[in-house]
Parts: sequence; structure tokens; C-alpha cells
Amino acid sequence: MFSRQKTEKQPRPPLKVWGPAVAVGWLVPGGGHFLHKRYGRGGLLLFAVTGMYLFGLMTRGALFTPQVADLFTTIIYCGGFFGNLASGLLYLLTVWFGYAQPDMPGMVHDYGTKFLVTAGLLNVLAMVDAYEIAVGRKS
Amino acid sequence: MPKVTLSHFEAALVFALFSSIVLAIVTKRTDHERLIYGLYCFAGFLAFLFGLGWLMFLGHA
Repeated sequence: MFSRQKTEKQPRPPLKVWGPAVAVGWLVPGGGHFLHKRYGRGGLLLFAVTGMYLFGLMTRGALFTPQVADLFTTIIYCGGFFGNLASGLLYLLTVWFGYAQPDMPGMVHDYGTKFLVTAGLLNVLAMVDAYEIAVGRKS
Repeated sequence: MPKVTLSHFEAALVFALFSSIVLAIVTKRTDHERLIYGLYCFAGFLAFLFGLGWLMFLGHA
């Protein structure tokens, strides 16, 4: 006979507790950590995400624009776009100042495109970490 | 914006470095654990890189 385990559902923390940390963390990589006075970790996150993003730009990587076609294309282009967008201010500045480049064939440019998306995904991890610090699950 | 050209190895090295830093920070709770895990991740990336490189080399031989 299996005993049914009851997992207590924790109440969701209010938005005003974690919202600012996540929003600032999205806009500036490591910003959520700076907001909670985790300067060392925030600085390292800023260095890593910005470094990855700048290498992507300097190797002439392309930014994705959302396209809807067959399933594979939709996943690649919409997913890539959200990955780029997750870099926050870095992405916005790139687009506003006209540094976005067209997709070009070549090994280095291809790496650059992956670097740009990965920078955004790493920033998502940093935002999750900032959320956990804000709600007290992590010191 | 300056242009940078990276070889396969350099690109993988840069990727491994930045990814390891973030993974170490977000997954571990003390600075000592973060340092160890960051080095572990970086070494893992490199080991996988060389392993896959040799596998492809031997596959083509």
C-alpha cells in the first residue's frame, strides 16, 4: 500500500518582494544581485553575461527576429528572439544603436549568434537566482 | 564595434569560461562550493571538448 505524501504548498511571495529584483536583473545582468547588496556575485554575473554578449557582437553574430512558419523555424526564430531579448538592456542598446547585423554564413558568425542567445539564457538563470534571494530561499 | 575572429577552440574556451562562472554562482550556496563547482564545470567543458574532438578525429581516420 502506498502512502500518499502530502506536500505543503508554499504561498507565493507577493510581486512587490521579487518583482524589482527580477526586473532590474533582466535589464542589467546581475542587477537583481546588486539590488540585494550581493555585489561580488552581481559583478561576476555582469562580467560573464556581458562578456558573452560582447563576444557575440564582435564575432558578428546575428540577432533573431520572430518568424512563424513551419514548427522548426518557429521554435528556432521565436526561441532565439526570446533568448536575445532576455539579455535586457544589452539587446535593447544593440537594436537602438544599430549594431544588429544580418545573418551571414560562416563559422565565426554562427558562434557569435549562439553566444548572443546563450548570454540571454545565462541572464535568465541570474534572474532566477535573484528571485530566490529576494524571496529568502537563498542567502 | 571591433571585429574578433575566433578559432573553434578559442570560441569553445570563451563559452566554457562564461558559462562556468554563471552556473557556479546560481547553483551553489557558499563561495567555496562555487569556486570548486566553477572549476569542475570548466574542466568538464574542456574534457568534453577534447573527447568529442578525438572522437570526430578517429571517426574520420
